[in-house]
Amino acid sequence: MSLLEVRDLSLEFRTRSGTVRALEHINLEVVKGETVGIVGESGSGKSVLCFAVLRILDAAARITSGSIAFAGMDVLRASESSLQQVRGREISMIFQNPRTALNPIRRVGRQIEDVLATHSATLREQLKPKAIEALAKVRIPDPDRRYLAYPFELSGGQCQRVMIALALACDPQLLIADEPTTGLDVTTQAAIMQLVSDLARERGMATILITHDLALASEYCDRIVVMHAGHVVETAPTAALFRAPAHPYTARLIASTPAPGQSIATLASVPGNLPDLRRADLPSCRFQERCERALPECVTDGLPTTIADSGHLVRCFNPL
Amino acid sequence: MNVLDCVEVKMHFPVGKRALLHAVDDVSFSIGEGESVGLVGESGCGKSTLARLITRMLDPTAGDIIYRGRNIGFIPSRSFAGTQFRRRIQMVFQDATDSLNPRHTAFDAIAEPVRRLGAAENLAAQVADAAHKVGLPEELLPRYPHQLSGGQKARVGIARAIVLLPDLLVLDEPTAALDVSVQATILRLLAELKASLGMSYLFVSHDLNVVRMLCDRVIVMYLGRIVEQGPAEELFLRPGHPYTRALVNAIPSIGGRPADREVLPGEPRSPINPDPNVCRFFGRCPQQRERCRKEAPLLRQVRPGVQLACHFA
Repeated sequence: MSLLEVRDLSLEFRTRSGTVRALEHINLEVVKGETVGIVGESGSGKSVLCFAVLRILDAAARITSGSIAFAGMDVLRASESSLQQVRGREISMIFQNPRTALNPIRRVGRQIEDVLATHSATLREQLKPKAIEALAKVRIPDPDRRYLAYPFELSGGQCQRVMIALALACDPQLLIADEPTTGLDVTTQAAIMQLVSDLARERGMATILITHDLALASEYCDRIVVMHAGHVVETAPTAALFRAPAHPYTARLIASTPAPGQSIATLASVPGNLPDLRRADLPSCRFQERCERALPECVTDGLPTTIADSGHLVRCFNPL
Repeated sequence: MNVLDCVEVKMHFPVGKRALLHAVDDVSFSIGEGESVGLVGESGCGKSTLARLITRMLDPTAGDIIYRGRNIGFIPSRSFAGTQFRRRIQMVFQDATDSLNPRHTAFDAIAEPVRRLGAAENLAAQVADAAHKVGLPEELLPRYPHQLSGGQKARVGIARAIVLLPDLLVLDEPTAALDVSVQATILRLLAELKASLGMSYLFVSHDLNVVRMLCDRVIVMYLGRIVEQGPAEELFLRPGHPYTRALVNAIPSIGGRPADREVLPGEPRSPINPDPNVCRFFGRCPQQRERCRKEAPLLRQVRPGVQLACHFA
């Protein structure tokens, strides 16, 4: 049974310099307990999609079509107060930069207590032991002492652990991790990713991992959704995606991810840039201008959704 | 003659009463003519401090920084820009978006070093030449940083570093802020520039796959000290130091399995007044023994060209 179901979602931002069509006809499904990766270049709409799921969008955003269902709840029609019940308790999020996401003038233990006090029925005298327990669960050494620390007293990796402790304090059903290890060292990245996947497995929690690192996504995700300029261009089980990428953009991204022992000469790049999403004359396939396999119909006709294999969908007129 | 020799370079920052943060401790290495050397290690290991010492933006606590046989470590950083060496040693900064002045056009950014340090006649021609070398179309020169893409800003950052034709270029994570889609073109550009201009590189990065592609030799730092250095390919195929092994092991790869990975436990030791008799990696090392707590290992040659600081490697 699917936990999160995004159907045909389109979203735009109205700005002074024009309407930015940030997401168009997005479909996304997350089943209980699975880890789904969302990959793509910066600016392709990965984060906006997740903000839409939590309905924490900027005031300039307008949802123009589609629906989001989370555990039977219609997220787009729900009242603000019922959404408050969901955020932090049922769905929680780890943000990109833990140092800016944490409150710099509040002790980290207190910040965890705030979450528990707001979203769970924890008794007041239970708050402190629960917060220390949450810190211990994310393997922060010496949690009794760290409970009193301010974010600036912790390393980047420890701040990220605190973020994870905050996100998992109320046992959510869905965790959205937005580039949780960008800016951390590879050794810390390995430890953080192992922690997230261990905790997800223990609790049967579903995870959405947003990343631009295909290698990272390949190691931790069951399924991968590839986004380009506000479109989902391909969705597939991880092994199938890397074995036989069907969309030319996916194939290019995989070829431009450095592999161990690769030489610069064989490393690919994706030509061009993301198109300006304010343009009125965007081709129907937004990758068309960067694509070597483009056909005349890519500009004008509505994009088809082709099924390459079971669970492997691609939106392309001329797939590989 | 080597382009650069660092001999027992130390940088200790005072932090509070009688406490010294040992950011760089007894670091010695060389960069040969036309060589590109990678400098890797986790954040806080001192690699950026070392880059700033070599580019003479910081004054070392002790040690010699020798550029082509002349000790430039003694020149105070404040007056270094007035010497002939400033134009020979240039730097490409980490995030092109943050390091470009938002109110300067691409032309001004590239012209700045020429105006300050070079010959200002035919300025426009020199800027156009540098832009051409980095593949930046001339019509983009009047643009401001916010009108340029990430890859184009990276090119501006490289153009202004090479406009004076330096022979040592220090690159601080030049591709960290870029998408993989443009990373390859920038890396290829750096490789071509090195060949055509005959520069030497010190390439600071935590992306080991990138270092492996671009560098001849790699230096691995941990908590202010060099723990291993050697030829790039060899270091990746036969990492000797347990820390290097953990570092190489932690790189995710397409089709890799996280289960095969052993994760380093704990956090690095404090860099403030470290005990000189304890190995800096003690506490996280999977191979540690009693001796590591009593005697800090020295960097020693284990094979020709390969140096390691570990008792048991």
